[in-house]
Amino acid sequence: MTEPQKKKLDLNRREMPKQSPEVRRFNFSEVALGYPADMAMAEASRCLQCKKPLCVNNCPVEINIPGFVKLIGEGDFPGAIRVLKEKNLLPAVCGRVCPQEEQCEKTCVLVKKGGQIAIGRLERFAADWEASQGKAAVPDIPPATGRKVAVVGGGPAGLTVAGDLILRGHAVTIFEALHKLGGVLTYGIPEFRLPKAIVGWEVEYLKTLGVELITDYVVGKTRTLADILKEYDAVFIGAGAGLPWFMNIPGENLNGVYSANEYLTRMNLMKGFLFPEYDTPIKRHRKVAVVGGGNVAMDCARTALRLGADSKIIYRRSRQELPARLEEVENAEEEGIVFEFLTLPIRYIGDERGWVRQIEYLKMQLGEPDASGRRSPVPIEGSETLMDVDAVVCAIGNSPNPMIPATTPGLQIGKKGNIVADEATGKTSMDRVWAGGDVVTGAATVILAMGAGRKAARSIHEYLSSLLLPIRFSAFRNGSISSLREAARCRMRSGGRGGRKPAIFCLTLGSARYDTIGRVHESQHIIYGHHGKTAPPKIRVITESGGCCVCRKSGFC
Amino acid sequence: MAKILTKQAVVPNIHSMVVEAPAVAAQIQPGQFVIVRADDDGERIPLSVSDWDAAAGTITLIFMEVGGTTGKLAALKAGDDLATVVGPLGIPTEIGDFGTVMCIGGCYGIGSIYPIARALKARGNKVITVMESRSSFLLYWEDRFKKVSDTLIVITRDGTKGYRGHVSRAPEIMKTLGRPVHRIIVNGCTYLLKRASDMSRPYEMKTIVSLNPIMIDGTGMCGVCRVTVGKETKFACVHGPDFDGHLVDWEELLQRRKTYIVEEEIVVTASRCEDHHAAIREQRP
Repeated sequence: MTEPQKKKLDLNRREMPKQSPEVRRFNFSEVALGYPADMAMAEASRCLQCKKPLCVNNCPVEINIPGFVKLIGEGDFPGAIRVLKEKNLLPAVCGRVCPQEEQCEKTCVLVKKGGQIAIGRLERFAADWEASQGKAAVPDIPPATGRKVAVVGGGPAGLTVAGDLILRGHAVTIFEALHKLGGVLTYGIPEFRLPKAIVGWEVEYLKTLGVELITDYVVGKTRTLADILKEYDAVFIGAGAGLPWFMNIPGENLNGVYSANEYLTRMNLMKGFLFPEYDTPIKRHRKVAVVGGGNVAMDCARTALRLGADSKIIYRRSRQELPARLEEVENAEEEGIVFEFLTLPIRYIGDERGWVRQIEYLKMQLGEPDASGRRSPVPIEGSETLMDVDAVVCAIGNSPNPMIPATTPGLQIGKKGNIVADEATGKTSMDRVWAGGDVVTGAATVILAMGAGRKAARSIHEYLSSLLLPIRFSAFRNGSISSLREAARCRMRSGGRGGRKPAIFCLTLGSARYDTIGRVHESQHIIYGHHGKTAPPKIRVITESGGCCVCRKSGFC
Repeated sequence: MAKILTKQAVVPNIHSMVVEAPAVAAQIQPGQFVIVRADDDGERIPLSVSDWDAAAGTITLIFMEVGGTTGKLAALKAGDDLATVVGPLGIPTEIGDFGTVMCIGGCYGIGSIYPIARALKARGNKVITVMESRSSFLLYWEDRFKKVSDTLIVITRDGTKGYRGHVSRAPEIMKTLGRPVHRIIVNGCTYLLKRASDMSRPYEMKTIVSLNPIMIDGTGMCGVCRVTVGKETKFACVHGPDFDGHLVDWEELLQRRKTYIVEEEIVVTASRCEDHHAAIREQRP
């Protein structure tokens, strides 16, 4: 027998089964059906397992992509989901709504040959496999640090922060303004693209990890940020989207003109498509025009179609410039959404009862590239035309949520009403306050919000670790040396960057009668001092070099 | 979840509900509102808050039964839970040293103008309260208003109590007061708000109205509550609900409030018939 030949490149990217357009345009069930196990394994085993994986560089949350793909290829699905969840607590969501073609899959070495690994589909497969097992594996959570973090907004950014910090032993509470967690995942993205059961499953997972979830609570109104800061050590603001943008053209307040946020919220959060079984009504329009070319516009148009309308997308540039994911554009086209490119509405015309009946629009042509690098649309003079409609959905974006900016003096606010935050750390101008997601950037994607949440969580954790952290050791009641050492190592692992930084902590004994301040060095020696009260003798024994980090005295104080 | 502590019909078709909501009660100020959901399938609707007790952690909601959701709310009893009570939302009514303020309330707005009158009085203003209703048997909380008003005026459409007619009679009433009115604040249905604003416009008296458009989230995200005020589009949930009544585009607001009137009818008629049929089926052997 000869040596096995070098494996031939397999460029056959496995297509994920989908509901056919003729069927799916009449239902709200998920369009994509996901890989069956054999297909997922075949797709995964195409991965070349690059030594320096470029895909990982391009992932906002730095998932170990070759790692989990390899495990899927080997049929080790529990292993794959474990690797995914090291970095991403919402894999079922990200596998569906991340723009992989712009991120991980774009830098796959096979992309040049058109055979990039379907990373998103594999991520989704692993997450769905776990959900189908009915029970999520819960990772070990380090001992409680005694620090409390408030997360404002239960959307992708907030959920990521909560997940990251709970896994580092901090107590986390999420305050959500609406009655359901998930933010845009719940109110915005339609059922046929992201089933709400999946969002519920991922939120439930955070709950099992110990995250406290409080709904119907508007930070800024129910309680001010300043008040929250009195009770919590750090606050992350991921309040998300705010006031929807309109074009400021005549007739925008006619009945039948919706913002995308309203249209989608009625449908997804309030289950309007099940009216009157659910109480929130939605109109069954006949001719709906959606203005805009992003993912949200696609969602609105496809929703309107499923409610029985002739659904059109009106976009002022051409197909090439559409900001929506190509996959979503193709899905929309297959389902029969009509695209009116190079079209700009200039006026909505209503009937005598105040309902929109027509759009007056201009035809456009593409001129010089603008600031975004895309060719800018220029109106063609005299090209005014009328289009019959009975509803218009304006999906041209929104400003950041105004609740906290409007009620928090001292917080630096940008020109567009956004909270100003450091890009690398999410730190805002206010002490102990971080922010990320749409409230900082304006309308963007789920994964960018998650990436911002990940960075902020890291920075929050660093900050919390730099504090004297009270730790409650139940095992330490007896004061044995080994248990303190073990606890200290534990802190080392979760403290600082990979434990390299000395972590400072405060030991609160079970009875809380002794406040002992200890300090862990790289040598893993425990230096300790105590502040105020007398430490129990057994702790003194283990001191290898003295000094109180609070009193700054050498020896015992 | 918020527990209903007491629930009663204060007058026919208008209900009062005391609800356990300590976080809201601790923060709320006159003129603010809450978003309420009756049950898990329920619609989110805004309701004005008519009174509160921060120490007891309760708020009082007064609402009129007009459609599906308010019907559901009206059917709830003490001890039941509301799926959602979130707030306080909106910007509080401005309580300043105005001099003499006329507080006009109609139907559910009689309830929501009460904390405003109380706060204005406490601030040292002269308060003239005007209660407007179709008939004397629809008036409530007169005893409460007596305590916080310098003058209490009643207008009924049928003349069964106080002045006969509606709020457009306010100018002649004002003449009898013998003192100028510096500000008018109006709570109630859109027609009352509009009429009151039309009434005061010729006299150039500052008129503040608490608008009540359709809302969903109530936090400035969905944009359904947009109203045109002084040619500018405003979002009533975060920029309001109080606006200058002389600048509001009333026609547009009235139209937008009717957006779902057909669906509202479906709910009211469909559910009642089904209930009726079910009841009949149960009675059959």
